Amino acid sequence: MSIGHTLLGLLESGPRHGYDLKRAFDEKFGHDRPLHYGQVYSTMSRLLKNGLVVVDGIEAGGGPERKRYAITEAGITDVAQWLATPEKPEPYLQSTLYTKVVLALLTGRGAAELLDTQRAEHLRLMRELTRRKKDGDLADQLICDHALFHLEADLRWLELTAARLDRLAEEIRR
Amino acid sequence: MTATPLLRAVGLAKTYGPTPALAGADFSIRAGEVVAVMGPSGSGKSTLLHCLAGIVRPDAGTITYDGRELTALSDGARSSLRRTDFGFVFQFGQLVPELTCVENVALPLRLNGEKRKAAEARAVEWLARLEVDDTAAKRPGEISGGQGQRVAVARALVTSPRVIFADEPTGALDSLNGERVMRLLTDASRDTGAAVVLVTHEARVAAYSDREIVVRDGSVRDAEWAA
Ligand SMILES: Nc1ncnc2c1ncn2[C@@H]1O[C@H](COP(=O)(O)OP(=O)(O)OP(=O)(O)O)[C@@H](O)[C@H]1O
Ligand SMILES: [Mg+2]
Repeated sequence: MSIGHTLLGLLESGPRHGYDLKRAFDEKFGHDRPLHYGQVYSTMSRLLKNGLVVVDGIEAGGGPERKRYAITEAGITDVAQWLATPEKPEPYLQSTLYTKVVLALLTGRGAAELLDTQRAEHLRLMRELTRRKKDGDLADQLICDHALFHLEADLRWLELTAARLDRLAEEIRR
Repeated sequence: MTATPLLRAVGLAKTYGPTPALAGADFSIRAGEVVAVMGPSGSGKSTLLHCLAGIVRPDAGTITYDGRELTALSDGARSSLRRTDFGFVFQFGQLVPELTCVENVALPLRLNGEKRKAAEARAVEWLARLEVDDTAAKRPGEISGGQGQRVAVARALVTSPRVIFADEPTGALDSLNGERVMRLLTDASRDTGAAVVLVTHEARVAAYSDREIVVRDGSVRDAEWAA
């Protein structure tokens, strides 16, 4: 995730201090990984240098977290562009799993068992996410659902591959 | 896990003509447990469910329910057991089109000899619990698929069954309605302590279970109870 774009986006509703930005980020997006102050300063100084934010004021007697930042026109354009650009669809696991399956077949190990073990592991995580979703608020639900749909896609691939193992074994032995 | 299973099958086999639908399937479920039955199309999931529920008689193997040997019971005894102890949900609600929703839900109670008024009062409670009480006076043709499925779940639960058999209960629904049905079904089973045998090929649905078994070519090894 782009922390820079996210912090910029948070500034669109009005100028904020460094500490306030961190708090807003953690609250909305930092579920398992809150930002370090160091990340906030390094990100903000990069945004400053690129003219995407300006310093709007500094509270007396404070360190860098007391700086108040405001987004610039260029910053707003940057956020708009980021939002308008699709993310690269990542073929996350398939290459690793494919490699494992082929290697298992090549070395005469149980590829079906490998796929079964992976399926069980995927489902275990899906159960955990489903439980978390049940107890969570709407934000938790949406985040868990995203992960769940991805895991489901992996699982479908695992099933399909399991159904094609014999053919795959033939092809790689040729 | 040490608790004895409520329902247990060992070595089930069933052949349709030349087709082996089940070839050595083991299964067990405890009271209050939700077990997902997964596996490719045609692998024998529905056949397993039908055998466990006493709808289909297996060619070989034994099924024990609550200490009774199901396969040894007469047809009459088995169907009365189905009415009192089991509940069913299928992919397409299978509601009776001529009856209103409340009459549909009350039907299993009426078949067990309850008076109309008492049966319909319980039915309305279950419709409310499944958040479809507004369908009470409508017929199945006048409600959406998602509503119909929740009415079907209410009908499965109204007799307080000890085992619910669900075969692709969300198969005809979109994600949101599917989730809703699964949530209501598993919540209700947790509240009443009913076991759920959940046949599904969807992982997101199976994720509502406590554990899963996989049927392949008519055979299952239920790892938890394997000797
Ligand atoms: N009543 C029947 N008469 C003849 N063959 C049957 C009957 N029921 C099932 N079969 C066969 O038994 C095998 C297992 O079928 P079953 O319906 O149990 O599979 P399934 O796992 O539920 O599949 P799906 O995911 O497609 O519902 C299949 O080959 C099927 O054609
Ligand atoms: Mg089936």
